Amino acid sequence: MTYIAKPKFHHPGLKKNELGYTHRDYEGKISTLCAGCGHDSITASIIEACYELSIEPHRVAKISGIGCSSKTPDYFLGNSHGFNSVHGRMPSVLTGANLANRDLIYLGVSGDGDSASIGFGQFAHSIRRGVNMTYIVENNGVYGLTKGQFSATADRGSKSKKGVTNTDNAIDLVAIALQLGATFVARSFSGDKTQLVPLIAAAIGHKGASFIDVISPCIAFNNHAGSTKSFDYVREHNDAVNRLDVLVGRDPIAVDYAPGTVQMVEQHDGSRIALRKIDADYDPHDRLGAQTFLQKHAAKGQIVTGLLYVDPDAEDLHEHLNTVETPLNTLEADTLCPGSAMLDKFNASLR
Amino acid sequence: MKPTDIAAPDYFHKVVDCQWACPAHTPVPEYIRLIAQGRYSDAYMINWKSNVFPGILGRTCDRPCEPACRRGRVEETPVAICRLKRVAADFKDDITQRLPRPSAKNGKRVAFVGGGPASLTVARDLAPLGYHCTVFDGDPRAGGMMRSQIPKFRLPDSVIDEETGYILGLGVDFKGGHRIESMKALLAEKYDAIFVGSGAPRGRELDIPGRKEAAANVHIGIDWLSSVSFGHTDKIGKRVIVLGGGNTAMDCCRTARRLGGEEVKVVVRSGFEEMKASPWEKEDALHEDIPILNFLVPTAFIHDNGKLTGITFQKVKAEYDAKGRRNLVPSGEPDQTIECDDVLVAVGQENAFPWIEQDCGIEFDKWHMPKVDPQTFVSTNPKVFFGGDAAFGPKNIIWAVAQGHDAALSIHKMLSGEDVTERPLPEVHVSSQKMGIHEWSYDNDISNDKRYKVPHRDKVIALKDIRTEVELGYDVKLALGEAHRCLNCDVQTVFSTSLCIECDACVDICPMDCITFTDNGEEGDLRQRLKAPSLHPDQDLYVSSDLKTGRVMIKDEDVCLHCGLCAERCPTGAWDMQKYLIEMTHAGSACPTKSRSAA
Repeated sequence: MTYIAKPKFHHPGLKKNELGYTHRDYEGKISTLCAGCGHDSITASIIEACYELSIEPHRVAKISGIGCSSKTPDYFLGNSHGFNSVHGRMPSVLTGANLANRDLIYLGVSGDGDSASIGFGQFAHSIRRGVNMTYIVENNGVYGLTKGQFSATADRGSKSKKGVTNTDNAIDLVAIALQLGATFVARSFSGDKTQLVPLIAAAIGHKGASFIDVISPCIAFNNHAGSTKSFDYVREHNDAVNRLDVLVGRDPIAVDYAPGTVQMVEQHDGSRIALRKIDADYDPHDRLGAQTFLQKHAAKGQIVTGLLYVDPDAEDLHEHLNTVETPLNTLEADTLCPGSAMLDKFNASLR
Repeated sequence: MKPTDIAAPDYFHKVVDCQWACPAHTPVPEYIRLIAQGRYSDAYMINWKSNVFPGILGRTCDRPCEPACRRGRVEETPVAICRLKRVAADFKDDITQRLPRPSAKNGKRVAFVGGGPASLTVARDLAPLGYHCTVFDGDPRAGGMMRSQIPKFRLPDSVIDEETGYILGLGVDFKGGHRIESMKALLAEKYDAIFVGSGAPRGRELDIPGRKEAAANVHIGIDWLSSVSFGHTDKIGKRVIVLGGGNTAMDCCRTARRLGGEEVKVVVRSGFEEMKASPWEKEDALHEDIPILNFLVPTAFIHDNGKLTGITFQKVKAEYDAKGRRNLVPSGEPDQTIECDDVLVAVGQENAFPWIEQDCGIEFDKWHMPKVDPQTFVSTNPKVFFGGDAAFGPKNIIWAVAQGHDAALSIHKMLSGEDVTERPLPEVHVSSQKMGIHEWSYDNDISNDKRYKVPHRDKVIALKDIRTEVELGYDVKLALGEAHRCLNCDVQTVFSTSLCIECDACVDICPMDCITFTDNGEEGDLRQRLKAPSLHPDQDLYVSSDLKTGRVMIKDEDVCLHCGLCAERCPTGAWDMQKYLIEMTHAGSACPTKSRSAA
């Protein structure tokens, strides 16, 4: 781990966003992860996405569980709210926070152990309920903190660093998320920021449960021949179905793709996603088609990446529960307490 | 772009902006690190080897290194390199044991005309090799313009005595008070080589009406300074005008303040910003209550029967033509007359070689300057070399030193029967600075401190005595703080393409967004696609060969802090921090095998 603090100086020509911040203003502490960890690239992508969206840091709550991935919220958005929960319990803490204050932007950061093993149930229910959040799994297929055992997302047949072959079937979190009704589902790769940054930006703009599975090679324990989550393997087997640009605010971005290959998706927050198709037949609005596509390609050993499914008109948990627009944590006693007259009337109705 | 050839000595040399900008190519970051470690004598010797006069230059250098310093592109102000040099000189121990020993004479005799920085540098390089060096100077003591023209309140005699003494102590024969009046006569003495380092001794005249009549109170700046320096002049009128905007003008006005000048004004043709004087010298003058008046062209000396009463000035303004060249044109405002008792004319210096006869094989050009090869410093007479101001007109001490080293190399080669146009490459040492996983043998924690001010003596005291040094120099604590501001630009980021796995860790950690992984292209195109905008196209791009994904690594050297975080966060060691120590080859140092042609 690096002992010095990252120097305060920044490039004198750095651009500033609408709030007057450079991307450096969205950083956190210096990473304590191993050198070269894919998670650090995801951290950089989150920083970039928040910078591009001109998000006010105090409007973000970043919540995580336990593991290498769950350490990363310390490394970005140093001025945001944060909660480092018990192992696998990020989704329930996030759900509770979201219910209490629906005005914040919720960033759930988890790993394959935290979400596919100990927190599998929690993951499932937060997706199922449609909590308005961006749920990012930093997926390296290995338990890095305990020195490289297979995690639940490690592919059957892949080899550990010691040479042991994995005999268990892998959990594909994207497939599960699709099945459980996530309304924004994507997969990306930590080594491909041009794809990942707009995906995170689009997920933040999505209202409802957004899920992004990011393959993130573990340099220390899962970046060898025989691994299916190594830089080389992912680069060779990456099958991107689309690439996207997120268009925010007043600046019209000229999208110079050939006509017919770009699909525009309007989001709830007013932003638009310009989706450039790579696979012409892929329809990101077809949940069933996405599931089939995913499994067919998985069988061929390909890793499908891109925006796999989006429902731009999705509803979230608050709509399901019909809660008030005002965040619950700001409701005062006079609003919450109907008064003794109302209580008497209510009690009388039950007698 | 083609992959960068980091084996070419110039590539990494350019990254060390200060060293590259220094005419003598002093390894600046290396000596600053030594100062930070308290190794002042070691820091001094590095300077001594490279620029010969660390104590003198640490007070008077024109510091081409400082405007070049990378720190100035990262924050507002560069590292105070010059004054750190003085720190090395101020705090060193006795270094006489480290000086070269006078060696057995090789029987070859070299004569030097003038005992200033150029000649003394050549003598310093040649004497330890066994040459018999004889230095002639019209002044009784060595130092040339360093002694005669730089006021003592900026450069005390003791410093000049010490540093010229180190050179004369190498067995150099100094003939003071012996002005060379004839090149022919000198040539007749059959020296094996002659080096002319006689400077630019003539102050430029200002031939405007009234000059002759008012001559008693109109003084040529450098002559006047020299006269003050040797104690012949000790007073001046109460109201003094200094004409000219260079460093000599600044020395004149500040000297005048100390000799009785109460209302001293500097009057300059150009604007304040365009003045030739170094910014800090202008500052020092302003600090001593000397106003600088700009855009005034002197048109006549006003006198009352030969007694100077003032100067008339025409008011001008700057206009820029289509090519951006500046012209000073009359502004149309009425002329201004400024009253004064004395005038110091410091409008430039000229070379003068009345003592070189037409027929001694030394050709002159149409500007009456000797024809001198800019690489080898040899004149059209193969045994006569020129250097310093005598070769290419007035510049600064550090240029004289740099040219002196080159001339010494030429003389040594010529007298060793070698081709003087074959110039040896600099000596380059490369060593990784890695000590542990995240430990480096240099301090990579970047200081956020602003430039430390050098303490000055109280103005009231300073103005009382012309020999009281104004600048006090950094104390140890200030020096340490300033030394930590150095970015260690000589500790280079070295990239090994074959080890890179393109994990982006270096891109993510780099505080200055210097690194980009992208498809290769032409330089102009690549500069558009960098992660942070390319602000200085003169700063190189470091380009790798093709990586596994077909992309290349591009590093914009411009504002790299050399913090080493790219190397710390690199999982494979594809980045390494390696110290590039580049030392220019001087006469007599072992010559590397490869050589660079003089062209």
